[in-house]
Amino acid sequence: MTYQPQKDFGTPESRSDEAVSLTIDGREVTVPAGTSVMRAAAEQGTSIPKLCATDSVKSYGSCRLCLVEIDGRRGTPASCTTPVEPGMVVRTQTPQLAKLRKGVMELYISDHPLDCLTCAANGDCELQDQAGAVGLRDVRYDVQATHLGQEKDHSNPYFDFDPSKCIACSRCIRACDEVQGTLALTMESRGWDSKISAGLASDNFLGSECVSCGACVQACPTATLVEKKVVEVGTPERSVVTTCAYCGVGCTFRAEMRGEQLVRMVPYKDGKANRGHSCVKGRFAWGYAQHQERILKPMIRKSISDPWREVEWDEAFAYTASELKRISDKYGRNALGGITSSRCTNEETFLVQKLVRAGFGNNNVDTCARVCHSPTGYGLKTTFGTSAGTQDFDSVEDSDVILIIGANPTDGHPVFASRMKRRLRGQDGRPGAKLIVIDPRRTDIVRSPHIEAQHHLPLRPGTNVAALTAMAHVIVTEGLANEAFIRERCDWDEYSHWAEFVSQARNSPENLQPVTLVDAEELRAAARLYATGGNGAIYYGLGVTEHSQGSSTVMAIANLAMATGNIGRRGVGVNPLRGQNNVQGACDMGSFPHELAGYRHISDNDARSLFENDWGVTLDPEPGLRIPNMLDAAVDGVFKALYCQGEDILQSDPNTAHVSAGLAAMECVIVHDLFLNETANYAHIFLPGSTFLEKNGTFTNAERRIQPVRKVMTPMNGLEDWEVTQKLAQAMGLDWNYSHPSEIMDEIARLTPTFAGVSFARLEEAGSLQWPVNADAPDGSPIMHIDGFVRGKGKFVVTDYVPTDEKTGPRFPLLLTTGRILSHYNVGAQTRRTENVAWHPEDLLEIHPVDAEDRGVKSGDWVKLASRAGETTLRANVTDRVAPGVVYTTFHHAVTQANVVTTDYSDWATNCPEYKVTAVQISASNGPTEWQEEYEALSARSRRVETGIAAE
Amino acid sequence: MNSVERLVHMANQIATNLATDAAPVAAVADHIQTFWDPRMKKMIFAHGTDGLSPVAAAAISLLADAQNGS
Repeated sequence: MTYQPQKDFGTPESRSDEAVSLTIDGREVTVPAGTSVMRAAAEQGTSIPKLCATDSVKSYGSCRLCLVEIDGRRGTPASCTTPVEPGMVVRTQTPQLAKLRKGVMELYISDHPLDCLTCAANGDCELQDQAGAVGLRDVRYDVQATHLGQEKDHSNPYFDFDPSKCIACSRCIRACDEVQGTLALTMESRGWDSKISAGLASDNFLGSECVSCGACVQACPTATLVEKKVVEVGTPERSVVTTCAYCGVGCTFRAEMRGEQLVRMVPYKDGKANRGHSCVKGRFAWGYAQHQERILKPMIRKSISDPWREVEWDEAFAYTASELKRISDKYGRNALGGITSSRCTNEETFLVQKLVRAGFGNNNVDTCARVCHSPTGYGLKTTFGTSAGTQDFDSVEDSDVILIIGANPTDGHPVFASRMKRRLRGQDGRPGAKLIVIDPRRTDIVRSPHIEAQHHLPLRPGTNVAALTAMAHVIVTEGLANEAFIRERCDWDEYSHWAEFVSQARNSPENLQPVTLVDAEELRAAARLYATGGNGAIYYGLGVTEHSQGSSTVMAIANLAMATGNIGRRGVGVNPLRGQNNVQGACDMGSFPHELAGYRHISDNDARSLFENDWGVTLDPEPGLRIPNMLDAAVDGVFKALYCQGEDILQSDPNTAHVSAGLAAMECVIVHDLFLNETANYAHIFLPGSTFLEKNGTFTNAERRIQPVRKVMTPMNGLEDWEVTQKLAQAMGLDWNYSHPSEIMDEIARLTPTFAGVSFARLEEAGSLQWPVNADAPDGSPIMHIDGFVRGKGKFVVTDYVPTDEKTGPRFPLLLTTGRILSHYNVGAQTRRTENVAWHPEDLLEIHPVDAEDRGVKSGDWVKLASRAGETTLRANVTDRVAPGVVYTTFHHAVTQANVVTTDYSDWATNCPEYKVTAVQISASNGPTEWQEEYEALSARSRRVETGIAAE
Repeated sequence: MNSVERLVHMANQIATNLATDAAPVAAVADHIQTFWDPRMKKMIFAHGTDGLSPVAAAAISLLADAQNGS
């Protein structure tokens, strides 16, 4: 198909149930009440000229181009600001309107460069289109003063700002305000001197508060704000709708292409997760896909001290299969295992776990969700009966109280954060939702433009359960529990037992204040607000799960939601914000060693025999090893081979020294990835991977939404990842013959009751589907537990606070907590290979001024960060965002390797590592630590590739 | 911490967190049965109850007995 931008209806959709009929240019049209005349015309296929209107933002009525005539009305009202009325008769094309519009356009063009042929937006410019639409043929003004020739702002790595081309329509400002919610842009000065500005006049785009989400670029009707890539390669000629491969929000994009070259990723307005919005990662940070460091040929080596040797695919598969067989024969089948990736598709993940179960003959398969949301799986399955969030993202529009705990959505899940912030700001006279933030740090959402949390509870890291139990104490003892809901939906005896426990005086906010460091009155007020403020929705992230009581915290959250009746309808619920794009899917696909797809335990004879019959094998009924258990077994000398797809456990998993010892003890580490990542330093076989742009499949986002990933270019490495796994399986003698990922999904659907109604054809038709999709819910399930919990009765679980074993003391007096930043993703393997490093070139250590002063540390100083596990160096950022006694850093850069410092302690139920609490000491540093120096040398040695004999 | 020490630590941690369950020994045994691979179970059975909390020790004994068919 040839390139067409997505249709722009001019003004936002009205949600009214009331229908209004009117006549536009002699044709009757019926639209919801509250629709603008402009949109009503667009819906019937009539295009009214416009410049300042676009359907992502509210109407503004400034350009005067969209004038229409309406019977019985004086003058020529702007169609963008005029709502439809019953029986209205509108004319959009009359000689009078043509004359007016031509006059308006003439004025615009009189102050606009006439360089259309060499302009980056040539052919994709609304100003150009409208000049044509109104028939402008001449500009009569002999203009002396213009805005032409102004200096361009090239500072943003992804887009340019050329003020000479600006028509001052304010679409960019309104997009920043209404869609993104950062309010970074403003109209500087007035009248003739009006100019779009990013912050102060002294700011450029990069130095401003702009988060580079791209909403302004998307809204700009001219080339004033334009992607550098469009400037470089020209406008696209076709587009393919696909799903972003960053974070669990799962934004839908149009990949806009020239041939096989990606020109830009444009957020898709019909995407149900993102509703036309994007963030800097999904919109712009895809350059890694063509990065020169991508490995495109398979490589093998006998020992990790040897250089790599490039081989053809056939040799790589034969060698890999022979190594796996050798190790299985020598050490037994349980010496093998695999790790599936939350960055890969459902189909690829399903195949890797199938290869392990059916090919390796054991259940030693795990996934990176082990180190992020495995406690969500345990906690929500125990309390509600299913391992997933309860709501769709749209639900937040009906929330009255939003409780965020252990999540930093503006950095980690920015597009959903924008939707959340829109609700927090209030809209069209509707007051905003109230906000409670429970987090050791003052995250951006605590206080940002037009948003201020009613309650920020800056608790001591590691005390989530105590804080939530104290909230439950307030709710129960002050009679705020929703007993009618509990009696109807939950087990009353279990509730009574739990209520008796939380009511004990030892669980009062006052009694727990010395533990949590949260002011008791503030906590009481927050609990009252959540219980009584209307629809209460809880959003949480890894600040909940990555603790020794991660699973308990998830259950404590579920207890609160059940106790207040905040489950089973729009606006409420328990919502885990998933870290990576397909964490939900990887869990759904049976990646955990104890569960088959659809969360059925491997010891369940009925479930297991379903798979055994389909696959023609006998499966081991015992659970396999989790990632940390694999590493322990490797150190013990009994686990010898690992197939690791799309994960970098050396950088992402805790206690790097232990991970490296485990990997070094294995005889065959197979890394299947885009780059020679850190884990590959210990690998014997490298299988090059494909990017999300190079393959077909599906991702499942945090709202259980299964979305298509569509191939837009040929894999540079020659094979899609599912093909790599299939060919490896074939080399091992397995009779696999999938010709397309749709056939893998068909298999998933026939083996997984919650996916029974899913197929590529259904996804093509519906755009996306939220599981369960089955006979009871053929169109999917936006909200779960509506009439009752999946497990029957909701289960209250007593969650007693147990302090972590990771203690501060004289040697390690501070608590380190780790997290992520907007511009980077996970271990940074992708985003570090993009221009996103402009915002975050290195990991920094946030430290409170008091702690910094005690140690003589200033912002920018190199400091040594040491724990019982190890030490690293990085630079300090002195800030009161963190409380005294708490320090914080990110884990995006391999040079820093924050996980050298984190420990082996983990969640009691799932072994999810306790990344969020490490006792540390900070001191001045005069250079890299011994570990850093040794590791750098190891990396240099390990990444050598044998180049063969030179031709000359 | 070596692997056995880690298993002891994990078992104690499970027992502490399930202490408020109506039947903590059975709950700990069930948890370990559900999530630990056979080698981990074998290792802790072989290790015995040294270092285990009373609930964890009872749960491990329960599982070991069930495994031995007694």
